[in-house]
Amino acid sequence: MLKKRLVLTFPQTVVEEPITYRLIKDYDLVVNILRARISREEEGRLIMEISGEKEALDKGLNYLKKIGVAIQPLAKDVRWLEDRCTHCTVCVPLCPTEAIVVDREKMEISFDKDRCIVCGACIPACPYKAVEILF
Amino acid sequence: MAKTLAEINEKIKKGKAVVVTAEEIIDLVDEKGIKKAAQEVDVVTSATFGPMCSSGIYLSIGHSKPKIKLGGGKTYLNEVPVYTGFAAVDIYLGATALPDDDPRNRVHPGEFRYGGGHVIEDLVAGKDVKLVATAYGTDCYPRRSLETWINLKDVNEAVLFNPRNAYQNYNVAVNLSPKVIYTYMGILQPNLGNANYCSAGQLSPLLNDPYYKTIGVGTRILLGGGVGYVVWQGTQHNPTAPRTEKGVPRSAAGTIAVLGDLKQMSPEWLKGTTMTGYGVTLSVGIGVPIPILNEEMLLYTTVKDEEILAQIVDYSEAYPKGKSGSLGEISYAQLKSGKIAVQGKEVPTGSLSSYAKARKIASLLKDWIKKGEFLLTEPVELLPSAESGMTFKPLKERPIK
Repeated sequence: MLKKRLVLTFPQTVVEEPITYRLIKDYDLVVNILRARISREEEGRLIMEISGEKEALDKGLNYLKKIGVAIQPLAKDVRWLEDRCTHCTVCVPLCPTEAIVVDREKMEISFDKDRCIVCGACIPACPYKAVEILF
Repeated sequence: MAKTLAEINEKIKKGKAVVVTAEEIIDLVDEKGIKKAAQEVDVVTSATFGPMCSSGIYLSIGHSKPKIKLGGGKTYLNEVPVYTGFAAVDIYLGATALPDDDPRNRVHPGEFRYGGGHVIEDLVAGKDVKLVATAYGTDCYPRRSLETWINLKDVNEAVLFNPRNAYQNYNVAVNLSPKVIYTYMGILQPNLGNANYCSAGQLSPLLNDPYYKTIGVGTRILLGGGVGYVVWQGTQHNPTAPRTEKGVPRSAAGTIAVLGDLKQMSPEWLKGTTMTGYGVTLSVGIGVPIPILNEEMLLYTTVKDEEILAQIVDYSEAYPKGKSGSLGEISYAQLKSGKIAVQGKEVPTGSLSSYAKARKIASLLKDWIKKGEFLLTEPVELLPSAESGMTFKPLKERPIK
């Protein structure tokens, strides 16, 4: 079983295609929608976690590419600006998935991109603007 | 066997001083005992790094041709208004100043992306800053407007002067209400969603000299990465706060007013800070050396996070309404564990004060002293003591009819 976190960008022409339904029904994938912004005039953007057997996942992603959906791993959309971070730790209790953790010995922050679901809770909290999310 | 400051400074000049940080001293005393450690150790370095709103700089920019009188007129640095109630070319910029057209909290919570604290960081980073001024003109200072880039290296004096820094302990902020709130203690999630504290705890300067026996007017410190001095007690200095048996205040107590040459400082230790929904401020890094003149002084520096208690305060109602009392006491050891219990609930904690940076500053100061590059000073006047009876009073409001 593989699990991937992806940012799917789809143009206007594909906005009405029920891609989530297709991924589940046709490719037997488990789909968890983490965040969505879709409107008729704009490009749609979906952040989802997709899991399934490798072959099914490959086929499912090929289907998306074929219909014009751009796929990007989630990690690329989130940036922790380490040189701006003062390791104060005020963001830590706000992160719902513990993507931001603190080493209690060193009292230093680290950021686990794979756990981040791009909820954005840390952004207004950081006093030094050390987290950037491009969504 | 007591030591004098002069003896300690002699050792420092020779590069022979024994210096440890306020963290290292804890284990050292556990190992060697108070008596031996007090004989061996000369200086303990304490430090802190966090948002300190009562901060600012004064600049003396030099005269233009023809001359202009900024005093009594309007002056802006990168669109942030500065105080022009001084002489012709002396201005003061506070950390929390905002551009005139900043929307503030009109659409709540405001973003407060740029203000006084950021201008100060830009100046210290060596960036050019835009100065725009209008003046009313006099016979001797006829010019009525000035628009020029200025840079820290070109101005005459540039002095960081902070009326209140380095709080001796502070509150732990929580939110009992069902709505998220935006405060100077950060974003507080509803229904005890998180608890924020702001202190370097066992590393914190005034917590290592709780009765202000060595810290006073004239104490040389590390300020913003350069050399600075304690110049007065800070505003709201409250030496009579309730204390534990070891003299550690259980709530916000003493403060210091500090001053130093901005040209020696670094943006590593002076950072423009944004508190969403609240405002702009400046985060300041301070290091204070504590001379180990006798066993008593050493004992104070062995204070541990588990011995320092703070009050848990509700910032949704109790704090804004000025209601006294707290939701309970908690130690910094518990706060730093990441979770505390409040009203039977497990609450995750966050800090506004960077312990990692405080460690670095304590270490930096230790290095400077060991290399003989930093001598300690004896205060010319100590801070008002617990015996002085000084308290932090509320405003006596007398409405004008």
